[in-house]
Amino acid sequence: MNAMIPAFDAHAVLVAPWTENLSLFGWIAAMGFAVTGACGLVGNYLMLRRMALMGDAVSHSVLPGLVAAFLVTSSRGTLPMFAGALAAGGFTTIAIESIHKLTRVKQDAAIGITFSTLFAIGVVMTSLYAGQVDLDADCVLYGEIAFVPLEPMINLGGLVLGPVPFVRMAAVLLMVGLLIAAFYKELLVSAFDPGLARSLGTNPTLMHYGLMAALSVVVVSAFESVGAILVVAMLILPGATASLLSTRLSRVHLLSLVHAAISSWLGVTLGVWLDCSIAAAMVVAGALLFALIWIVSPNEGLVARWRRRRTPALPSAMSSNSSPVSELK
Amino acid sequence: MSEPYAPLEIHDLTVAYHKKPVLWGVDLVIEPGRLIGIVGPNGAGKSTLIKACMGLLPLQSGWVKFFGESFHKMARRVGYVPQRESVDWDFPVNVMDVVLMGRYGRLGLLRRPSKADRIIARACLEKVHLLPYANRQIANLSGGQQQRVFLARALAQEADIYFMDEPFAGVDAATEAAIIAVLRELRDMGKTLLVVHHDLPTARQYFDDLLLLNMNVVAFGKTAEVFTAELLQKTYGGRLTILSEVAQALGAHGASR
Repeated sequence: MNAMIPAFDAHAVLVAPWTENLSLFGWIAAMGFAVTGACGLVGNYLMLRRMALMGDAVSHSVLPGLVAAFLVTSSRGTLPMFAGALAAGGFTTIAIESIHKLTRVKQDAAIGITFSTLFAIGVVMTSLYAGQVDLDADCVLYGEIAFVPLEPMINLGGLVLGPVPFVRMAAVLLMVGLLIAAFYKELLVSAFDPGLARSLGTNPTLMHYGLMAALSVVVVSAFESVGAILVVAMLILPGATASLLSTRLSRVHLLSLVHAAISSWLGVTLGVWLDCSIAAAMVVAGALLFALIWIVSPNEGLVARWRRRRTPALPSAMSSNSSPVSELK
Repeated sequence: MSEPYAPLEIHDLTVAYHKKPVLWGVDLVIEPGRLIGIVGPNGAGKSTLIKACMGLLPLQSGWVKFFGESFHKMARRVGYVPQRESVDWDFPVNVMDVVLMGRYGRLGLLRRPSKADRIIARACLEKVHLLPYANRQIANLSGGQQQRVFLARALAQEADIYFMDEPFAGVDAATEAAIIAVLRELRDMGKTLLVVHHDLPTARQYFDDLLLLNMNVVAFGKTAEVFTAELLQKTYGGRLTILSEVAQALGAHGASR
Protein backbone atom coordinates (compact mmCIF):
# COMPACT_ATOMS: atom_id res chain seq x y z
CA MET A 1 0.00 0.00 0.00
CA ASN A 2 2.76 2.34 0.99
CA ALA A 3 4.44 2.07 -2.37
CA MET A 4 1.46 3.58 -4.15
CA ILE A 5 2.16 7.07 -2.83
CA PRO A 6 5.79 8.11 -2.38
CA ALA A 7 6.82 9.16 1.11
CA PHE A 8 6.35 12.86 1.80
CA ASP A 9 9.72 14.34 2.70
CA ALA A 10 8.86 17.87 3.76
CA HIS A 11 12.34 19.25 3.17
CA ALA A 12 12.82 17.65 -0.24
CA VAL A 13 9.32 18.61 -1.43
CA LEU A 14 8.64 22.00 0.14
CA VAL A 15 12.04 23.57 0.77
CA ALA A 16 14.72 22.12 -1.49
CA PRO A 17 13.13 23.16 -4.83
CA TRP A 18 13.19 26.80 -3.71
CA THR A 19 16.66 26.75 -2.06
CA GLU A 20 19.42 24.43 -3.24
CA ASN A 21 17.63 23.50 -6.48
CA LEU A 22 16.23 26.94 -7.21
CA SER A 23 18.20 27.30 -10.46
CA LEU A 24 16.25 24.29 -11.73
CA PHE A 25 12.78 24.51 -10.23
CA GLY A 26 12.71 28.29 -10.15
CA TRP A 27 12.76 28.37 -13.96
CA ILE A 28 10.26 25.54 -14.19
CA ALA A 29 7.82 27.36 -11.92
CA ALA A 30 8.40 30.63 -13.76
CA MET A 31 7.77 28.89 -17.06
CA GLY A 32 4.64 27.31 -15.60
CA PHE A 33 3.39 30.72 -14.55
CA ALA A 34 4.14 32.31 -17.93
CA VAL A 35 2.40 29.48 -19.81
CA THR A 36 -0.64 29.27 -17.56
CA GLY A 37 -0.90 33.05 -17.27
CA ALA A 38 -0.82 33.68 -21.03
CA CYS A 39 -3.12 30.73 -21.69
CA GLY A 40 -5.49 31.85 -18.95
CA LEU A 41 -5.82 35.41 -20.27
CA VAL A 42 -6.56 34.26 -23.82
CA GLY A 43 -8.73 31.46 -22.45
CA ASN A 44 -10.94 33.95 -20.61
CA TYR A 45 -12.14 35.27 -23.95
CA LEU A 46 -12.61 31.77 -25.35
CA MET A 47 -14.86 30.96 -22.43
CA LEU A 48 -16.81 34.20 -22.64
CA ARG A 49 -17.48 33.48 -26.31
CA ARG A 50 -18.39 29.89 -25.49
CA MET A 51 -15.58 28.72 -27.68
CA ALA A 52 -13.59 26.74 -25.13
CA LEU A 53 -13.31 23.97 -27.71
CA MET A 54 -11.43 26.31 -30.07
CA GLY A 55 -8.47 26.00 -27.70
CA ASP A 56 -8.54 22.27 -28.24
CA ALA A 57 -8.82 22.79 -31.98
CA VAL A 58 -5.95 25.23 -32.37
CA SER A 59 -3.63 23.37 -29.99
CA HIS A 60 -3.99 20.17 -32.00
CA SER A 61 -3.89 21.66 -35.45
CA VAL A 62 -0.70 23.56 -34.66
CA LEU A 63 1.19 20.28 -35.09
CA PRO A 64 1.04 20.05 -38.91
CA GLY A 65 1.92 23.76 -39.04
CA LEU A 66 5.06 23.14 -37.01
CA VAL A 67 6.09 20.13 -39.09
CA ALA A 68 5.46 22.00 -42.34
CA ALA A 69 7.41 25.03 -41.13
CA PHE A 70 10.28 22.76 -40.15
CA LEU A 71 10.27 20.96 -43.50
CA VAL A 72 10.26 24.22 -45.44
CA THR A 73 12.91 26.08 -43.45
CA SER A 74 14.67 23.08 -41.85
CA SER A 75 15.02 25.16 -38.71
CA ARG A 76 13.42 24.96 -35.29
CA GLY A 77 13.90 28.66 -34.70
CA THR A 78 11.25 30.79 -33.08
CA LEU A 79 10.18 32.65 -36.21
CA PRO A 80 9.49 29.68 -38.52
CA MET A 81 7.67 27.90 -35.69
CA PHE A 82 5.50 30.96 -34.98
CA ALA A 83 4.80 31.40 -38.67
CA GLY A 84 3.82 27.75 -39.04
CA ALA A 85 1.59 27.87 -35.98
CA LEU A 86 -0.09 31.10 -37.07
CA ALA A 87 -0.75 29.68 -40.52
CA ALA A 88 -2.17 26.49 -39.01
CA GLY A 89 -4.27 28.46 -36.52
CA GLY A 90 -5.60 30.72 -39.25
CA PHE A 91 -6.35 27.76 -41.49
CA THR A 92 -8.18 25.98 -38.65
CA THR A 93 -10.31 29.03 -37.91
CA ILE A 94 -11.21 29.52 -41.57
CA ALA A 95 -11.89 25.81 -42.10
CA ILE A 96 -14.22 25.65 -39.08
CA GLU A 97 -16.10 28.79 -40.15
CA SER A 98 -16.45 27.54 -43.73
CA ILE A 99 -17.72 24.09 -42.74
CA HIS A 100 -20.13 25.69 -40.30
CA LYS A 101 -21.40 28.34 -42.73
CA LEU A 102 -21.48 26.44 -46.01
CA THR A 103 -22.98 23.17 -44.76
CA ARG A 104 -25.57 22.19 -42.24
CA VAL A 105 -22.89 20.85 -39.92
CA LYS A 106 -23.02 22.72 -36.61
CA GLN A 107 -20.04 24.52 -35.16
CA ASP A 108 -19.08 21.95 -32.51
CA ALA A 109 -19.07 19.19 -35.11
CA ALA A 110 -17.10 21.41 -37.49
CA ILE A 111 -14.49 21.93 -34.78
CA GLY A 112 -14.35 18.17 -34.19
CA ILE A 113 -13.82 17.42 -37.87
CA THR A 114 -11.17 20.07 -38.39
CA PHE A 115 -8.84 19.63 -35.47
CA SER A 116 -8.80 15.84 -35.40
CA THR A 117 -8.09 15.75 -39.13
CA LEU A 118 -5.32 18.33 -38.89
CA PHE A 119 -3.77 16.58 -35.91
CA ALA A 120 -3.87 13.29 -37.82
CA ILE A 121 -2.20 14.96 -40.79
CA GLY A 122 0.44 16.21 -38.39
CA VAL A 123 1.01 12.71 -37.03
CA VAL A 124 1.24 11.29 -40.57
CA MET A 125 3.73 14.00 -41.53
CA THR A 126 5.84 13.35 -38.43
CA SER A 127 6.12 9.64 -39.16
CA LEU A 128 6.59 10.22 -42.89
CA TYR A 129 9.49 12.60 -42.38
CA ALA A 130 10.68 11.00 -39.15
CA GLY A 131 14.25 11.23 -40.42
CA GLN A 132 14.12 15.01 -40.78
CA VAL A 133 11.78 15.99 -37.96
CA ASP A 134 12.78 15.27 -34.42
CA LEU A 135 9.42 15.59 -32.71
CA ASP A 136 8.54 12.68 -30.54
CA ALA A 137 4.93 11.82 -29.91
CA ASP A 138 5.11 11.95 -26.12
CA CYS A 139 6.60 15.41 -26.26
CA VAL A 140 3.89 16.57 -28.65
CA LEU A 141 1.14 15.34 -26.38
CA TYR A 142 2.47 16.18 -22.94
CA GLY A 143 5.48 18.40 -23.45
CA GLU A 144 8.44 18.42 -21.10
CA ILE A 145 8.61 21.47 -18.90
CA ALA A 146 11.49 19.99 -16.89
CA PHE A 147 13.82 20.57 -19.87
CA VAL A 148 13.28 24.34 -19.76
CA PRO A 149 16.18 25.10 -17.35
CA LEU A 150 18.55 23.07 -19.56
CA GLU A 151 18.03 25.34 -22.56
CA PRO A 152 20.62 28.05 -23.29
CA MET A 153 20.31 31.16 -21.14
CA ILE A 154 19.64 34.58 -22.61
CA ASN A 155 21.93 37.29 -21.27
CA LEU A 156 21.17 40.94 -21.81
CA GLY A 157 24.29 42.91 -20.98
CA GLY A 158 25.15 40.72 -18.01
CA LEU A 159 21.52 40.47 -16.85
CA VAL A 160 20.30 36.88 -16.97
CA LEU A 161 16.80 36.92 -18.43
CA GLY A 162 16.34 33.17 -18.34
CA PRO A 163 16.32 30.15 -20.60
CA VAL A 164 15.15 30.72 -24.18
CA PRO A 165 11.68 29.11 -23.89
CA PHE A 166 10.93 31.06 -20.73
CA VAL A 167 11.98 34.39 -22.22
CA ARG A 168 9.86 33.66 -25.28
CA MET A 169 6.86 32.70 -23.16
CA ALA A 170 7.27 35.72 -20.88
CA ALA A 171 7.36 37.96 -23.96
CA VAL A 172 4.16 36.32 -25.19
CA LEU A 173 2.51 36.82 -21.78
CA LEU A 174 3.53 40.47 -21.82
CA MET A 175 2.22 40.88 -25.36
CA VAL A 176 -1.11 39.26 -24.49
CA GLY A 177 -1.43 41.49 -21.44
CA LEU A 178 -0.69 44.63 -23.45
CA LEU A 179 -3.10 43.66 -26.23
CA ILE A 180 -5.89 43.05 -23.70
CA ALA A 181 -5.18 46.40 -22.05
CA ALA A 182 -5.20 48.18 -25.41
CA PHE A 183 -8.30 46.51 -26.87
CA TYR A 184 -10.14 45.89 -23.61
CA LYS A 185 -13.38 47.55 -24.63
CA GLU A 186 -13.43 46.16 -28.18
CA LEU A 187 -12.83 42.63 -26.87
CA LEU A 188 -15.46 43.11 -24.19
CA VAL A 189 -18.22 44.39 -26.43
CA SER A 190 -17.60 41.95 -29.27
CA ALA A 191 -17.70 39.03 -26.83
CA PHE A 192 -20.79 40.30 -24.99
CA ASP A 193 -22.86 41.58 -27.88
CA PRO A 194 -21.47 41.12 -31.42
CA GLY A 195 -24.46 42.94 -32.92
CA LEU A 196 -23.80 46.04 -30.85
CA ALA A 197 -20.06 45.76 -31.52
CA ARG A 198 -20.70 45.96 -35.23
CA SER A 199 -23.06 48.87 -34.84
CA LEU A 200 -20.34 50.65 -32.85
CA GLY A 201 -17.91 50.23 -35.70
CA THR A 202 -15.90 47.34 -34.21
CA ASN A 203 -15.58 44.41 -36.54
CA PRO A 204 -16.31 41.25 -34.49
CA THR A 205 -14.93 39.04 -37.25
CA LEU A 206 -11.63 40.89 -37.08
CA MET A 207 -11.62 40.53 -33.29
CA HIS A 208 -12.33 36.82 -33.71
CA TYR A 209 -9.37 36.30 -36.02
CA GLY A 210 -7.16 38.46 -33.80
CA LEU A 211 -8.08 36.31 -30.83
CA MET A 212 -7.37 33.16 -32.83
CA ALA A 213 -3.98 34.55 -33.87
CA ALA A 214 -3.13 35.29 -30.22
CA LEU A 215 -4.32 31.81 -29.31
CA SER A 216 -2.04 30.25 -31.96
CA VAL A 217 0.98 32.20 -30.73
CA VAL A 218 0.29 31.30 -27.09
CA VAL A 219 -0.26 27.65 -27.92
CA VAL A 220 2.89 27.29 -30.02
CA SER A 221 5.05 28.90 -27.35
CA ALA A 222 3.54 26.62 -24.74
CA PHE A 223 3.71 23.55 -26.98
CA GLU A 224 7.21 22.33 -26.13
CA SER A 225 6.75 22.57 -22.40
CA VAL A 226 3.17 21.43 -21.85
CA GLY A 227 2.10 19.75 -25.09
CA ALA A 228 -1.09 19.78 -27.07
CA ILE A 229 -3.39 18.19 -24.52
CA LEU A 230 -2.42 19.86 -21.26
CA VAL A 231 -2.44 23.32 -22.84
CA VAL A 232 -6.21 23.01 -23.18
CA ALA A 233 -6.54 22.73 -19.41
CA MET A 234 -4.33 25.76 -18.97
CA LEU A 235 -6.57 27.77 -21.31
CA ILE A 236 -9.70 26.99 -19.33
CA LEU A 237 -8.87 26.31 -15.68
CA PRO A 238 -7.60 29.78 -14.62
CA GLY A 239 -10.60 31.62 -16.03
CA ALA A 240 -13.11 29.02 -14.89
CA THR A 241 -11.75 29.30 -11.36
CA ALA A 242 -11.56 33.10 -11.45
CA SER A 243 -15.12 33.47 -12.73
CA LEU A 244 -16.38 31.64 -9.64
CA LEU A 245 -14.88 34.44 -7.57
CA SER A 246 -15.62 37.62 -9.46
CA THR A 247 -18.21 39.05 -11.79
CA ARG A 248 -16.03 41.82 -13.28
CA LEU A 249 -13.92 40.93 -16.28
CA SER A 250 -10.89 42.96 -15.18
CA ARG A 251 -10.86 41.12 -11.86
CA VAL A 252 -11.36 37.78 -13.59
CA HIS A 253 -8.16 38.53 -15.54
CA LEU A 254 -6.20 39.34 -12.38
CA LEU A 255 -7.52 36.32 -10.53
CA SER A 256 -6.64 34.01 -13.39
CA LEU A 257 -3.04 35.24 -13.11
CA VAL A 258 -3.15 34.46 -9.38
CA HIS A 259 -4.49 31.02 -10.23
CA ALA A 260 -1.62 30.57 -12.71
CA ALA A 261 0.95 31.49 -10.05
CA ILE A 262 -0.47 29.21 -7.37
CA SER A 263 -1.01 26.25 -9.67
CA SER A 264 2.55 26.41 -11.05
CA TRP A 265 4.03 26.54 -7.53
CA LEU A 266 1.73 23.74 -6.38
CA GLY A 267 2.47 21.82 -9.57
CA VAL A 268 6.22 21.86 -8.96
CA THR A 269 5.64 20.71 -5.39
CA LEU A 270 3.35 17.92 -6.50
CA GLY A 271 5.71 16.94 -9.32
CA VAL A 272 8.71 16.71 -6.99
CA TRP A 273 6.79 14.75 -4.40
CA LEU A 274 5.25 12.24 -6.78
CA ASP A 275 8.18 12.33 -9.22
CA CYS A 276 5.85 12.77 -12.20
CA SER A 277 5.48 15.06 -15.22
CA ILE A 278 5.49 18.57 -13.77
CA ALA A 279 3.24 19.93 -16.54
CA ALA A 280 0.62 17.32 -15.69
CA ALA A 281 1.07 18.07 -11.99
CA MET A 282 0.42 21.76 -12.69
CA VAL A 283 -2.85 20.92 -14.43
CA VAL A 284 -3.87 18.66 -11.56
CA ALA A 285 -2.99 21.46 -9.13
CA GLY A 286 -5.05 23.92 -11.18
CA ALA A 287 -8.00 21.55 -11.17
CA LEU A 288 -7.68 21.09 -7.41
CA LEU A 289 -7.78 24.85 -7.01
CA PHE A 290 -10.91 24.97 -9.15
CA ALA A 291 -12.55 22.30 -6.99
CA LEU A 292 -11.54 24.12 -3.82
CA ILE A 293 -12.97 27.44 -5.02
CA TRP A 294 -16.10 25.72 -6.24
CA ILE A 295 -16.65 24.52 -2.68
CA VAL A 296 -15.72 27.65 -0.71
CA SER A 297 -16.41 30.60 -3.05
CA PRO A 298 -18.41 33.20 -1.08
CA ASN A 299 -21.19 33.62 -3.65
CA GLU A 300 -21.24 30.65 -5.96
CA GLY A 301 -19.65 28.09 -3.67
CA LEU A 302 -21.34 24.87 -2.62
CA VAL A 303 -20.97 25.78 1.06
CA ALA A 304 -22.50 29.22 0.53
CA ARG A 305 -25.39 27.73 -1.41
CA TRP A 306 -25.97 25.06 1.16
CA ARG A 307 -26.00 27.68 3.91
CA ARG A 308 -28.40 29.84 1.98
CA ARG A 309 -30.73 26.93 1.47
CA ARG A 310 -30.63 26.10 5.17
CA THR A 311 -31.59 29.62 6.21
CA PRO A 312 -34.23 30.65 3.71
CA ALA A 313 -36.00 32.69 6.37
CA LEU A 314 -33.37 35.44 6.23
CA PRO A 315 -34.90 37.80 3.68
CA SER A 316 -32.06 40.32 3.43
CA ALA A 317 -29.59 37.83 1.97
CA MET A 318 -31.94 36.77 -0.79
CA SER A 319 -33.69 39.96 -1.72
CA SER A 320 -30.48 41.69 -2.74
CA ASN A 321 -29.96 38.93 -5.30
CA SER A 322 -33.37 38.39 -6.78
CA SER A 323 -35.37 41.54 -6.60
CA PRO A 324 -39.08 41.61 -7.31
CA VAL A 325 -40.35 42.39 -10.76
CA SER A 326 -39.62 46.08 -10.74
CA GLU A 327 -38.83 48.92 -8.45
CA LEU A 328 -40.65 51.49 -10.46
CA LYS A 329 -42.90 53.91 -8.68
CA MET B 1 -33.24 69.10 -38.15
CA SER B 2 -31.88 70.37 -41.41
CA GLU B 3 -30.90 66.95 -42.75
CA PRO B 4 -31.01 66.86 -46.53
CA TYR B 5 -31.34 63.07 -46.43
CA ALA B 6 -33.83 60.72 -44.81
CA PRO B 7 -32.52 58.91 -41.70
CA LEU B 8 -33.09 55.60 -43.45
CA GLU B 9 -33.64 54.67 -47.05
CA ILE B 10 -33.99 51.07 -48.17
CA HIS B 11 -34.08 50.16 -51.83
CA ASP B 12 -35.03 46.77 -53.25
CA LEU B 13 -33.62 44.87 -50.28
CA THR B 14 -33.55 41.07 -50.50
CA VAL B 15 -32.08 38.77 -47.84
CA ALA B 16 -31.75 34.98 -48.08
CA TYR B 17 -30.74 32.20 -45.72
CA HIS B 18 -29.33 29.12 -47.42
CA LYS B 19 -30.67 30.46 -50.75
CA LYS B 20 -34.22 30.70 -49.37
CA PRO B 21 -35.32 34.33 -49.44
CA VAL B 22 -36.73 35.57 -46.12
CA LEU B 23 -37.21 39.18 -47.18
CA TRP B 24 -37.59 40.52 -50.66
CA GLY B 25 -38.11 43.72 -52.55
CA VAL B 26 -38.26 45.96 -49.49
CA ASP B 27 -38.47 49.64 -50.45
CA LEU B 28 -38.77 52.17 -47.65
CA VAL B 29 -38.04 55.80 -46.91
CA ILE B 30 -38.23 56.64 -43.21
CA GLU B 31 -38.87 60.22 -42.09
CA PRO B 32 -37.13 61.74 -39.06
CA GLY B 33 -38.88 62.12 -35.72
CA ARG B 34 -41.18 59.11 -36.08
CA LEU B 35 -41.86 56.25 -33.71
CA ILE B 36 -42.39 53.28 -36.01
CA GLY B 37 -43.60 49.81 -35.10
CA ILE B 38 -42.60 46.81 -37.21
CA VAL B 39 -45.26 44.12 -36.90
CA GLY B 40 -45.90 40.82 -38.62
CA PRO B 41 -46.18 37.10 -37.88
CA ASN B 42 -43.32 34.91 -36.68
CA GLY B 43 -40.80 34.37 -39.44
CA ALA B 44 -41.95 37.50 -41.26
CA GLY B 45 -38.38 38.80 -41.30
CA LYS B 46 -38.76 41.60 -38.74
CA SER B 47 -35.44 41.01 -36.98
CA THR B 48 -33.88 40.11 -40.31
CA LEU B 49 -34.81 43.53 -41.68
CA ILE B 50 -33.10 45.29 -38.77
CA LYS B 51 -30.00 43.13 -38.95
CA ALA B 52 -29.74 43.51 -42.71
CA CYS B 53 -29.95 47.31 -42.40
CA MET B 54 -27.06 47.27 -39.96
CA GLY B 55 -24.91 45.03 -42.09
CA LEU B 56 -25.17 42.10 -39.69
CA LEU B 57 -26.48 39.90 -42.51
CA PRO B 58 -25.34 39.75 -46.13
CA LEU B 59 -27.72 41.30 -48.66
CA GLN B 60 -28.75 39.32 -51.71
CA SER B 61 -29.57 42.55 -53.51
CA GLY B 62 -30.49 46.17 -52.89
CA TRP B 63 -28.95 48.85 -50.70
CA VAL B 64 -29.50 50.64 -47.42
CA LYS B 65 -28.54 54.24 -46.70
CA PHE B 66 -28.45 56.12 -43.42
CA PHE B 67 -28.57 59.91 -43.83
CA GLY B 68 -27.53 59.39 -47.43
CA GLU B 69 -24.44 57.33 -46.56
CA SER B 70 -23.55 53.69 -46.04
CA PHE B 71 -24.13 52.19 -42.61
CA HIS B 72 -20.41 51.91 -42.12
CA LYS B 73 -19.92 55.67 -42.36
CA MET B 74 -22.91 56.48 -40.20
CA ALA B 75 -22.55 53.68 -37.60
CA ARG B 76 -22.13 56.21 -34.81
CA ARG B 77 -25.53 57.71 -35.48
CA VAL B 78 -27.28 54.34 -35.35
CA GLY B 79 -28.34 52.87 -32.00
CA TYR B 80 -29.25 49.24 -31.53
CA VAL B 81 -31.16 47.34 -28.86
CA PRO B 82 -30.93 43.60 -29.60
CA GLN B 83 -33.34 41.00 -28.28
CA ARG B 84 -32.70 40.41 -24.61
CA GLU B 85 -32.08 36.68 -25.15
CA SER B 86 -29.34 37.40 -27.68
CA VAL B 87 -26.71 37.97 -25.01
CA ASP B 88 -25.34 35.92 -22.13
CA TRP B 89 -26.54 37.57 -18.92
CA ASP B 90 -23.99 35.61 -16.85
CA PHE B 91 -21.27 37.67 -18.52
CA PRO B 92 -18.84 39.15 -15.97
CA VAL B 93 -19.94 42.79 -16.23
CA ASN B 94 -22.11 45.05 -14.09
CA VAL B 95 -24.89 47.41 -15.11
CA MET B 96 -22.57 50.41 -15.44
CA ASP B 97 -20.17 48.47 -17.70
CA VAL B 98 -23.01 47.62 -20.08
CA VAL B 99 -24.31 51.18 -20.26
CA LEU B 100 -20.78 52.48 -20.87
CA MET B 101 -20.56 50.21 -23.93
CA GLY B 102 -22.97 52.67 -25.51
CA ARG B 103 -20.18 55.25 -25.35
CA TYR B 104 -17.53 53.03 -27.01
CA GLY B 105 -18.43 54.14 -30.52
CA ARG B 106 -17.44 57.71 -29.64
CA LEU B 107 -14.23 56.81 -27.87
CA GLY B 108 -12.12 55.35 -30.62
CA LEU B 109 -9.23 52.95 -30.18
CA LEU B 110 -7.13 52.81 -27.02
CA ARG B 111 -9.32 55.23 -25.09
CA ARG B 112 -11.11 54.43 -21.86
CA PRO B 113 -14.48 55.92 -20.90
CA SER B 114 -13.87 59.29 -19.24
CA LYS B 115 -15.57 60.91 -16.29
CA ALA B 116 -17.88 62.71 -18.71
CA ASP B 117 -18.90 59.36 -20.22
CA ARG B 118 -19.70 58.07 -16.75
CA ILE B 119 -21.83 61.11 -16.00
CA ILE B 120 -23.79 60.54 -19.21
CA ALA B 121 -24.17 56.84 -18.41
CA ARG B 122 -25.48 57.67 -14.94
CA ALA B 123 -28.00 60.10 -16.41
CA CYS B 124 -29.20 57.40 -18.79
CA LEU B 125 -29.58 54.94 -15.91
CA GLU B 126 -31.52 57.56 -13.99
CA LYS B 127 -33.92 57.91 -16.93
CA VAL B 128 -34.81 54.23 -16.81
CA HIS B 129 -34.92 54.25 -12.99
CA LEU B 130 -31.92 51.95 -12.59
CA LEU B 131 -29.34 54.23 -11.00
CA PRO B 132 -29.42 52.34 -7.65
CA TYR B 133 -28.43 49.21 -9.58
CA ALA B 134 -25.36 50.66 -11.30
CA ASN B 135 -22.92 48.31 -9.57
CA ARG B 136 -25.02 45.19 -9.74
CA GLN B 137 -23.98 42.17 -11.78
CA ILE B 138 -26.33 41.88 -14.75
CA ALA B 139 -27.34 38.29 -13.92
CA ASN B 140 -28.96 39.56 -10.71
CA LEU B 141 -31.60 41.62 -12.51
CA SER B 142 -35.17 40.84 -13.43
CA GLY B 143 -36.10 40.56 -17.10
CA GLY B 144 -37.62 44.04 -17.12
CA GLN B 145 -34.53 45.51 -15.50
CA GLN B 146 -32.29 43.82 -18.06
CA GLN B 147 -34.37 45.30 -20.84
CA ARG B 148 -34.04 48.76 -19.26
CA VAL B 149 -30.26 48.32 -19.03
CA PHE B 150 -30.26 47.81 -22.79
CA LEU B 151 -32.42 50.90 -23.22
CA ALA B 152 -30.06 52.96 -21.05
CA ARG B 153 -27.16 51.74 -23.17
CA ALA B 154 -28.98 52.83 -26.33
CA LEU B 155 -29.60 56.25 -24.78
CA ALA B 156 -25.89 56.52 -23.95
CA GLN B 157 -25.12 56.02 -27.63
CA GLU B 158 -26.78 59.38 -28.34
CA ALA B 159 -27.71 58.11 -31.76
CA ASP B 160 -30.12 59.71 -34.25
CA ILE B 161 -31.87 56.55 -35.39
CA TYR B 162 -32.58 53.53 -33.21
CA PHE B 163 -33.41 49.92 -34.00
CA MET B 164 -35.03 47.99 -31.19
CA ASP B 165 -35.74 44.28 -31.41
CA GLU B 166 -38.75 43.42 -29.24
CA PRO B 167 -37.94 45.70 -26.31
CA PHE B 168 -41.30 44.85 -24.74
CA ALA B 169 -40.89 41.07 -24.84
CA GLY B 170 -41.35 39.48 -21.43
CA VAL B 171 -41.33 42.67 -19.35
CA ASP B 172 -43.72 43.72 -16.64
CA ALA B 173 -46.31 46.46 -17.14
CA ALA B 174 -44.32 49.08 -15.22
CA THR B 175 -41.24 48.50 -17.38
CA GLU B 176 -43.35 48.65 -20.52
CA ALA B 177 -44.71 52.04 -19.46
CA ALA B 178 -41.22 53.29 -18.63
CA ILE B 179 -39.85 52.13 -21.98
CA ILE B 180 -42.62 53.71 -24.04
CA ALA B 181 -42.18 56.99 -22.14
CA VAL B 182 -38.47 57.03 -23.04
CA LEU B 183 -39.21 56.14 -26.67
CA ARG B 184 -41.70 59.01 -26.96
CA GLU B 185 -39.22 61.39 -25.40
CA LEU B 186 -36.61 60.37 -27.97
CA ARG B 187 -39.14 60.81 -30.76
CA ASP B 188 -39.97 64.30 -29.50
CA MET B 189 -36.25 65.11 -29.67
CA GLY B 190 -36.40 64.38 -33.39
CA LYS B 191 -34.90 60.89 -33.28
CA THR B 192 -36.21 58.10 -35.46
CA LEU B 193 -37.14 54.80 -33.84
CA LEU B 194 -37.92 51.48 -35.50
CA VAL B 195 -39.28 48.98 -33.00
CA VAL B 196 -40.07 45.33 -33.65
CA HIS B 197 -43.26 44.62 -31.76
CA HIS B 198 -45.35 41.53 -31.15
CA ASP B 199 -48.53 42.69 -29.54
CA LEU B 200 -51.14 44.10 -31.92
CA PRO B 201 -53.49 45.93 -29.51
CA THR B 202 -50.62 47.92 -27.96
CA ALA B 203 -49.00 48.45 -31.34
CA ARG B 204 -51.88 50.70 -32.24
CA GLN B 205 -51.48 52.76 -29.08
CA TYR B 206 -47.73 53.07 -29.12
CA PHE B 207 -46.62 53.88 -32.63
CA ASP B 208 -47.02 56.83 -34.99
CA ASP B 209 -46.45 54.66 -38.03
CA LEU B 210 -46.69 50.93 -38.62
CA LEU B 211 -44.71 48.76 -41.00
CA LEU B 212 -46.71 45.61 -41.71
CA LEU B 213 -44.21 43.00 -42.76
CA ASN B 214 -44.53 39.48 -44.04
CA MET B 215 -41.46 38.68 -46.09
CA ASN B 216 -42.17 41.85 -47.99
CA VAL B 217 -43.80 45.14 -47.10
CA VAL B 218 -47.57 44.62 -46.88
CA ALA B 219 -48.23 48.21 -45.87
CA PHE B 220 -46.41 51.17 -44.40
CA GLY B 221 -48.00 54.37 -43.19
CA LYS B 222 -49.70 56.21 -40.37
CA THR B 223 -51.05 53.79 -37.76
CA ALA B 224 -54.60 55.07 -38.15
CA GLU B 225 -54.45 54.36 -41.89
CA VAL B 226 -52.77 50.95 -41.91
CA PHE B 227 -54.29 49.33 -38.84
CA THR B 228 -57.26 47.89 -40.71
CA ALA B 229 -58.76 44.41 -40.62
CA GLU B 230 -58.05 43.95 -44.32
CA LEU B 231 -54.35 44.84 -44.17
CA LEU B 232 -53.75 42.93 -40.95
CA GLN B 233 -55.39 39.86 -42.42
CA LYS B 234 -53.17 40.24 -45.46
CA THR B 235 -50.15 40.41 -43.14
CA TYR B 236 -51.03 37.55 -40.85
CA GLY B 237 -52.75 35.31 -43.36
CA GLY B 238 -55.24 32.86 -41.92
CA ARG B 239 -53.84 32.67 -38.40
CA LEU B 240 -57.04 32.56 -36.39
CA THR B 241 -55.75 33.44 -32.95
CA ILE B 242 -54.11 36.51 -34.35
CA LEU B 243 -57.20 37.41 -36.30
CA SER B 244 -59.38 37.26 -33.23
CA GLU B 245 -56.82 39.48 -31.55
CA VAL B 246 -57.20 41.87 -34.45
CA ALA B 247 -60.94 41.74 -34.16
CA GLN B 248 -60.63 42.55 -30.50
CA ALA B 249 -58.25 45.40 -31.18
CA LEU B 250 -60.56 46.78 -33.80
CA GLY B 251 -63.57 46.25 -31.58
CA ALA B 252 -63.23 49.76 -30.25
CA HIS B 253 -63.59 51.01 -33.80
CA GLY B 254 -66.77 49.06 -34.29
CA ALA B 255 -65.28 47.06 -37.11
CA SER B 256 -66.53 43.51 -37.53
CA ARG B 257 -64.85 40.29 -38.43
